[in-house]
Amino acid sequence: MYKDLKSYLLPQYLIERDDYRCIRCEVCARQCAFEVHWYDEEEDAVFADESKCVGCLRCATLCPTNALVVRPNPTQPPPNANWTMEVLQNIYKQAETGGVLLTGMGCDKDYPIYWDRIVLDASQVTNPSIDPLREPMELRTYLGAKPDALKVSRKGGRPDLQTKLTPQLKLETPIMFSAISYGAISYNACESLARAAAEVGTYYNTGEGGLHRNLYKYGANTICQVASGRFGVHADYLEVAAALEIKIGQGAKPGIGGHLPGEKVSAEISRTRMIPKGTDALSPAPHHDIYSIEDLAQLIYALKEATHWEKPVSVKIAAVHNSAAIASGMVRAGADIIALDGIRGGTGAAPTMIRDNVGIPIELALAAVDDRLRQEGIRNRASIVVAGGIRSSADVIKAIALGADAVYIGTAALVALGCHVCQKCYTGKCNWGIATQDPYLSKRLNPDVGARRLVNLLTAWSHEIMEMLGGMGINAIESLRGNRLRLRGVGLTQEELDILGIKHAGS
Amino acid sequence: MLRGVNFRDDKDFSGCSIFGMMNVRGEKFNGEPVITAIANMKERSNGLGGGYAVYGIYPQYSELYCFHMMYDDQKAREETEEFLKGVFEMEGAEVIPTRSCEGVDDPPLLWRYFLQPRESVACEEEDIDDFVVRAVMHINVGIEGAFVFSSGKNMGVFKGVGFPEDIGRFYRLEEYEGYIWVAHGRFPTNTQGWWGGAHPFNILDWSVVHNGEISSYGINRRYLEMFGYICTLHTDTEVIAYAVDLLVRRHGLSIEDMARVLAAPLWTEIDRMPARERELHTALRQTYGSLLLNGPFSVIISNRSQMIGLTDRIRLRPLVAGRNGDFMYISSEEAPMHLVDDTLRDTWIPQGGVPIVAEMEETVEVPEAEEAKVLPLRHGDTA
Repeated sequence: MYKDLKSYLLPQYLIERDDYRCIRCEVCARQCAFEVHWYDEEEDAVFADESKCVGCLRCATLCPTNALVVRPNPTQPPPNANWTMEVLQNIYKQAETGGVLLTGMGCDKDYPIYWDRIVLDASQVTNPSIDPLREPMELRTYLGAKPDALKVSRKGGRPDLQTKLTPQLKLETPIMFSAISYGAISYNACESLARAAAEVGTYYNTGEGGLHRNLYKYGANTICQVASGRFGVHADYLEVAAALEIKIGQGAKPGIGGHLPGEKVSAEISRTRMIPKGTDALSPAPHHDIYSIEDLAQLIYALKEATHWEKPVSVKIAAVHNSAAIASGMVRAGADIIALDGIRGGTGAAPTMIRDNVGIPIELALAAVDDRLRQEGIRNRASIVVAGGIRSSADVIKAIALGADAVYIGTAALVALGCHVCQKCYTGKCNWGIATQDPYLSKRLNPDVGARRLVNLLTAWSHEIMEMLGGMGINAIESLRGNRLRLRGVGLTQEELDILGIKHAGS
Repeated sequence: MLRGVNFRDDKDFSGCSIFGMMNVRGEKFNGEPVITAIANMKERSNGLGGGYAVYGIYPQYSELYCFHMMYDDQKAREETEEFLKGVFEMEGAEVIPTRSCEGVDDPPLLWRYFLQPRESVACEEEDIDDFVVRAVMHINVGIEGAFVFSSGKNMGVFKGVGFPEDIGRFYRLEEYEGYIWVAHGRFPTNTQGWWGGAHPFNILDWSVVHNGEISSYGINRRYLEMFGYICTLHTDTEVIAYAVDLLVRRHGLSIEDMARVLAAPLWTEIDRMPARERELHTALRQTYGSLLLNGPFSVIISNRSQMIGLTDRIRLRPLVAGRNGDFMYISSEEAPMHLVDDTLRDTWIPQGGVPIVAEMEETVEVPEAEEAKVLPLRHGDTA
């Protein structure tokens, strides 16, 4: 519109190049899809256009001589607690474009991270701690509805189980990979997740982008999502999955839909999503067949019926103020798994204002939902899986002690693949080959290596969980699930403690 | 001695001695050998709790629920009696006879009641036992200073703060005759003696004595709350009594399956089982995982016709069993069994997580009063 409009944006990052170390290998220039670095043959020097730098650190990581330092631009506007650099930059951007501010990954604002205000217990004297290297330590977890009671008859000593359980997902460790669609991430990233899930004995989630035919072989470890756009949903897709998940909402953008720009809709994605090549994939904000809880029940039963009642059905919602009541309705509507995604949940693209201001921290939502389902006596009728900001095995074990059956990890899994959380997924230029459909970039992520890194991550976290469990004198994960007595809060208000259902440390 | 004192501990932390003795033909014997046996494990208790559950002691009232109660004060008693009279026909009410005894100080008011649920109230309930459980919960939760020690038929729990042998003398247990006796000596680490916190714990016919600490208490309790059991006694043992009541009485599981919930086989063991067993045990763990008792424990669980010994699945606390003729023994240690029965030869150490069940012989009716007998002890029947 106004091509000559002068941008008032300052570079977000500064790049310092140690000319003595630089060997002019041009790795940085080749690696940067944002075209920050270039080599000038005449001057025999490498230059950088810092205004394009997103801070993904691909160049610094791959520079063979560690010649590069990328750091946040220290230039600041006049001191002002209200009008910070970020605020000004956002306004400049919008004044220059007239557009909605976009971002990727999860909320980066400093809302309280309750995981870091919760500490774990350990056994001393009265109760021996258990060494997981010498004693059995069980992490196996089953997700799905459990009956209130079992009926067992015995004929001549042989047991006969009268109560048949509805389908369950069997996890060898209580960690799954969150829904991330093919489209938001590359095929190689999808394959890495699928293979790692299969190797570890857990599950990954297709997100709303359908499932590439080549990945059907990992179906036994795949949760197929059915979202408002219904992309790639067809009989084979439902059939091949281990479980189905109806996506109502997402922690990064509660209440709004999704938009995969046409440039990302390659031939393969077009085939997988069942939409024309090059067209935008628009996910409506609501499911247009779910305007109320009874509509959700209909879709749950339609999916169960379509898959011969052989698969658990999960329903995923963003953690919002009334999650507890909503979750109760979802359980009563037939959901076998409640997936809760907190305010720190990631995304490939979301309006910044929504990502950073809508939703609630997952810790509070989890505690409230678990409490409510117990108060109503229906906690056993559905498993709870939480997502959104799980960063370590400690977060996992605290989530389980608060009441989760398992967790989803998204960002942490992508970080294992190389992601540096630069929040520019929506540009499609991911230098790490993750959030991109550019074949030149995506081939940087070798699925053999990607799967290995993810398996290593889950293996390491599982070991750490076993150590912490053993320290608490517990040798099966179910004895920690919802066992909030093994948690204490540090520096929390009474109201926060009451919502979390934990005591303060020292009491 | 007041409810919960001022401590806010999550639960009880205690080491303990447990001892159970049962005549599988239902012949009754008095409390002397049991007091002797539990006294022999004095090192396992520290004078902050002892108690007994005895079956067969009220044959004249065998059809009535007997509530053993403790009250902090007369107000609690009056309030409780008013509640009880509202929902039960009270066929008997009396002070539990005691004698003053060195080492047992400052007892609360101790009463017992023989109760029949009022038809007008009870008929609205699906199950009389459920109704009684709710009444117990109502008293424990709703009436300040009142606690139900036991609520079964033809049985009672006698417990308090002191060494178990002193508690036995205090309650004059040599004057009672029963066919199952279960005793407990307590070594709490950080709880001041509170009479309600001593073992055994009871609900209806189920009594539990426990040595250990239940690391899974937090979730065991929250799971039981979904089924209307409210833990008020600040001790992890309480959950065992409620879990057994839920699993066996309400859900109809066998004793063996109940034990497999509380001390579940490892997944690696389940995976190797034949198909039917694998299906059953997988379903048990899937459904009742929240009732798995984790942490070190050995327990004796009893009802009017059974005495069950069980340890945690990796056997972090001791348990020994013995049998001599009609007598079955379960104990923390072997010595006290020999002390009270010098012809005992058949003793063994049960496997971790595998229940041992002493059962009334099938031909034996749960006995009535008339033919109470004195235990034929060879020696050691003095305190």
